[in-house]
Amino acid sequence: MSTTLNLKLKIWRQESPEAPGRFHEFAANDISEDMSFLEMLDVINEQLNEQGIDPIEFDHDCREGICGTCGVMINGQAHGPEKATTTCQLHMRKFSDGDEIVIEPWRANGFPVVRDLVVDRSAFDTIVQAGGYISVNTGAAPDANLMLIPKDASDAAMDAAECIGCGACVAACPNSAAQLFTSAKIEHLNLVPQGQAERWRRTENMVETMEDFFGSCTNHGECHEACPKEISLDYIAYMNRDYLKSKLKNRKLAGQG
Amino acid sequence: MTFDSAVPPGDIASMWDDHKFNTKLVNPNNKRRFEIIVVGSGLAGASAAATLSELGYKVKCFTFHDSPRRAHSIAAQGGINAAKNYKNDGDSVHRLFYDTVKGGDYRSREANVHRLAEVSVDIIDQCAAQGVPFAREYGGLLDNRSFGGAQVSRTFYARGQTGQQLLIGAYQALSRQIAEGSVEMHTRKEMLDVVVKDGRARGIVTRDLITGETEAHTAHSVVLATGGYGNVYYLSTNAMACNVTAAWRAHKRGAYFANPCYTQIHPTCIPASDEFQSKLTLMSESLRNDGRIWVPRDRDEARSAAQIPEEDRDYYLERKYPAFGNLVPRDVASRNAKTVVDEGKGVGPLKNGVYLDFAQAIGRDGVETIKEKYGNLFDMYERITGENPYESPMRIYPATHYTMGGLWVDYNLQTSIPGCYALGEANFSDHGANRLGASALMQGLADGYFVLPYTIGADLGDRLGEPLVPTDDEAFTSSIDEVKTQTQAWLDVNGTKSVDYFHRELGKLVWDYVGMERTKTGLEKALSEIPALREEFEKDVRVLGSGDNLNSSLEKVGRVADFFELGELMARDALEREESCGGHFRAEHQTDDGEAQRDDENFAHVAAWEWNGKGQVQTRHKEELVFDNVALTQRSYK
Amino acid sequence: MAATTTSRSGVTPLRSQPRRPLPWPIQFYRSAVGKKWVMAITGFMLLGFIITHMLGNFKAYLGPEDLNVYGESLRDLGGHLVPRTHLLWIMRAGLAGAFALHIFSAYSLVHLGRKANPKASFVSGQKSYADDQNFVAANFASRTMRWTGPIILLYLFYHLADLTWGWWPWVEYHRGYPYENLVSSLDNWPIAVLYIAANTALAVHIYHGIWSAFQSMGVNNPRINAARKQISGAIAGAILIGNLSFPIMVQAGVLEVAS
Repeated sequence: MSTTLNLKLKIWRQESPEAPGRFHEFAANDISEDMSFLEMLDVINEQLNEQGIDPIEFDHDCREGICGTCGVMINGQAHGPEKATTTCQLHMRKFSDGDEIVIEPWRANGFPVVRDLVVDRSAFDTIVQAGGYISVNTGAAPDANLMLIPKDASDAAMDAAECIGCGACVAACPNSAAQLFTSAKIEHLNLVPQGQAERWRRTENMVETMEDFFGSCTNHGECHEACPKEISLDYIAYMNRDYLKSKLKNRKLAGQG
Repeated sequence: MTFDSAVPPGDIASMWDDHKFNTKLVNPNNKRRFEIIVVGSGLAGASAAATLSELGYKVKCFTFHDSPRRAHSIAAQGGINAAKNYKNDGDSVHRLFYDTVKGGDYRSREANVHRLAEVSVDIIDQCAAQGVPFAREYGGLLDNRSFGGAQVSRTFYARGQTGQQLLIGAYQALSRQIAEGSVEMHTRKEMLDVVVKDGRARGIVTRDLITGETEAHTAHSVVLATGGYGNVYYLSTNAMACNVTAAWRAHKRGAYFANPCYTQIHPTCIPASDEFQSKLTLMSESLRNDGRIWVPRDRDEARSAAQIPEEDRDYYLERKYPAFGNLVPRDVASRNAKTVVDEGKGVGPLKNGVYLDFAQAIGRDGVETIKEKYGNLFDMYERITGENPYESPMRIYPATHYTMGGLWVDYNLQTSIPGCYALGEANFSDHGANRLGASALMQGLADGYFVLPYTIGADLGDRLGEPLVPTDDEAFTSSIDEVKTQTQAWLDVNGTKSVDYFHRELGKLVWDYVGMERTKTGLEKALSEIPALREEFEKDVRVLGSGDNLNSSLEKVGRVADFFELGELMARDALEREESCGGHFRAEHQTDDGEAQRDDENFAHVAAWEWNGKGQVQTRHKEELVFDNVALTQRSYK
Repeated sequence: MAATTTSRSGVTPLRSQPRRPLPWPIQFYRSAVGKKWVMAITGFMLLGFIITHMLGNFKAYLGPEDLNVYGESLRDLGGHLVPRTHLLWIMRAGLAGAFALHIFSAYSLVHLGRKANPKASFVSGQKSYADDQNFVAANFASRTMRWTGPIILLYLFYHLADLTWGWWPWVEYHRGYPYENLVSSLDNWPIAVLYIAANTALAVHIYHGIWSAFQSMGVNNPRINAARKQISGAIAGAILIGNLSFPIMVQAGVLEVAS
């Protein structure tokens, strides 16, 4: 009963990280408007399987916009045209009959293509391992209500913590910079009292690890537009400020990390 | 194989403390001589891997995701229970224990549940210290809300993303250990076999999903934290990759599989829109705190929701259960939704849902308050359906969400294979026949942070100096050969239909016969139709590509094969359990007003199934449940 | 940070890591965030110069005398305390240093950006994606920083040669008479057009530059955040109007050399 669309797809196919890739064209016919974008790809894969062509590999998991596994470049926009929406939550009603849709993987030096639309985002994990945690062994914590955290601070930390680690910010950035991701991870912990002891060490190590893999921010703001969780650019500013302080602070006498 | 619940003697209130005292300790210097494999990096897996490594064990952690932050624990929206009694509303460890046993319809093991309630308070402390941004009041203290089935406010939450925040907390703790070099993290590797030698788990065999390589990993203990099996229904709220494979392969190596028929149907999901639907999206149950559920009285109602006057609406939960109203437990809410939809009163284009209406709450509290509480859920709903829930009521329908059944474990969380443990949703232990809202996160973290790290010592304490079984041992090589042969066999079938096709067909069978309401005839049908479909699957599935690079069809085909065997076992378990309890509702066993009718005399036990080989019927073992601390009552939410 | 975890497939780091302890300012400058700080600080120094320079030039509207005296007093800064032009040269050196740092940081950041995203470069005209990347937030100013920067550098060179060194044969140049030099240069319409174009580029550069500097320096407070873009726009606009007024007014005959 819902309207259907006929679309022309241009999809990036690449056998392996080293192999050269190229675009393949597919026709997607009778696509229901109520389908999600990834369900549309499922349908294509089903057809490919019938034709004896290897299905298109793409990353996806929860399909409810929270796990951060999915993500492709749709017509030159990370996660497609709808704001604050992951690829899996994008629905075909956002497209019109006859559209040509170009689908590509995230492209960045820090995100090598694994196969087709799948990229390797392990550099994000490496950044978190550089300090994106609070060192508290299990069982060592005091009663949760001993620590008062102003609601505003807690909310600001939560806004940063909403990051799903999908990599759209890097994909959308003309410099392939990971500032939005890294700043969200850093500031989530820097904004709350628990995170103060390691604040400067964390900031320094995470920023420098980020720069091992990703480019530099030129404040275009594309990352924020692409971000499915609408993480604010403010966190980048906070991170920049904290990074300078991390270099200047007399940490021994300031008593922090 | 052992089958002893290992519940320590004594009073339940001091049992866990006594048990910790009586359990052998492993000297800190000796801990590093033990290697432990953790499969899965969700809440239970990541927290266990982090904690074990903090204690000094050498840990290897495996996930088939690209990062340990992706597991489906991340999707839990509502919250996590803890008996903190911060609201001073009469909560206590005993009350949480009591509610959980009662909510589980008296089919869980008292000792485990009591321990869960005890450690729940530590979880909140731990997570808050890790920086999890729980919701707070203006005074800076933690906020709580009440959650489906509970009459106290004991649920801690972080907006609508509690699971995500808790998982990130555990992921960060794990990342810290990875950076220290004390956890070796393996991403994109799927466990395909547990290696058992001389009656003990000795390691696992994995397939590298990128290179296709089959690898052996040896260890002193193997911990499975691999989630639930809800995807057997094809359409469920589980993530696409959720599967039973790790647990099932352990089952095939001797671990008993307990209560597979206990599956939970979540009452508040977005109804399917068409046949291509790949999964169903859950809307947090917390919505039921403020939303009112109704359907039109007339099955031919053609007006839009807003135009239907009060007198033509049937708020059926409020009508039937005046005390609990819209907050009745999940199974009750789900079954009632099915009843009204089956009566033809469903709403929406496919008439496959019921209304969840916020008009009254918005009128009472204002749009801003509602937005603060549920904003992201409302946005999500609008993205998926294209309808604005601030203006017209949501449409919801039940969908499979959680599976209470799983690998049988004893009090120490050890499966019936010594040295092999199961945590979180992968085990059967704490929720009985039905899980209360906000208890899954609690159980996953309890197992991983606070239970397993102690109880694993009971086994390891005696094994100091025991050498690891080398990976070139026959036990490993034969398992690797089996895995390789099976992988190649799938590629060689070269049939005509896709893996997804068979998964969908299987899902329909399981949903129809082993879904919300089960009957003897239906289950018998399932037992004949599932094997028939499986045979077709084995002959006619088509998996393209090769085994030496990323190939998601190849990953899926093995998982679906396990679902076939599991689906059959679910039907068998449901058939044998001649009663209704919690998530298992047998139409033959209901009270006059349609409530689940338990049979405590004959079925107050855990059914633990033992694998007897492919094509053989599993053996059903019983673990009798003893209730010394809770009086069995018939649930009534009237 | 000795992770034993084997990196999945080689995500090659962009930079080599001889992380021997360096003095902190060097360490700071080595990082991209540090370079952005340097760009922001030097950017503000240059902005200060541009504003002062423009305000000084407004003296032209008071008449030739005023501007020429203003020029002389710059050379005579410090009065009898320091030798003539010494203070001016110190300021010039500071400016030149800031300029050099600004340019060098920009250059290395562009280089880093290219390494991070080998396909992306606005300068070389390639696109990061085979399909046009659809920019949502990046505006004309932000995307053309790498164009407007070199334009300003070339313009600066022309401008110095024109009115400070008097190199160009097509302009009658008299050292010590800035007003006359200014008018006689801008009286040629091609030169006026060149000045207009270059100063437009400067204003565009400043517009994104100020906003970007706020961000790079972490000047971020909910009370002023909403105003940051407006502030940038207002300053850039004022500079644009002020600087364009000179060629336009000369062409219009408002500023002329009394013959």
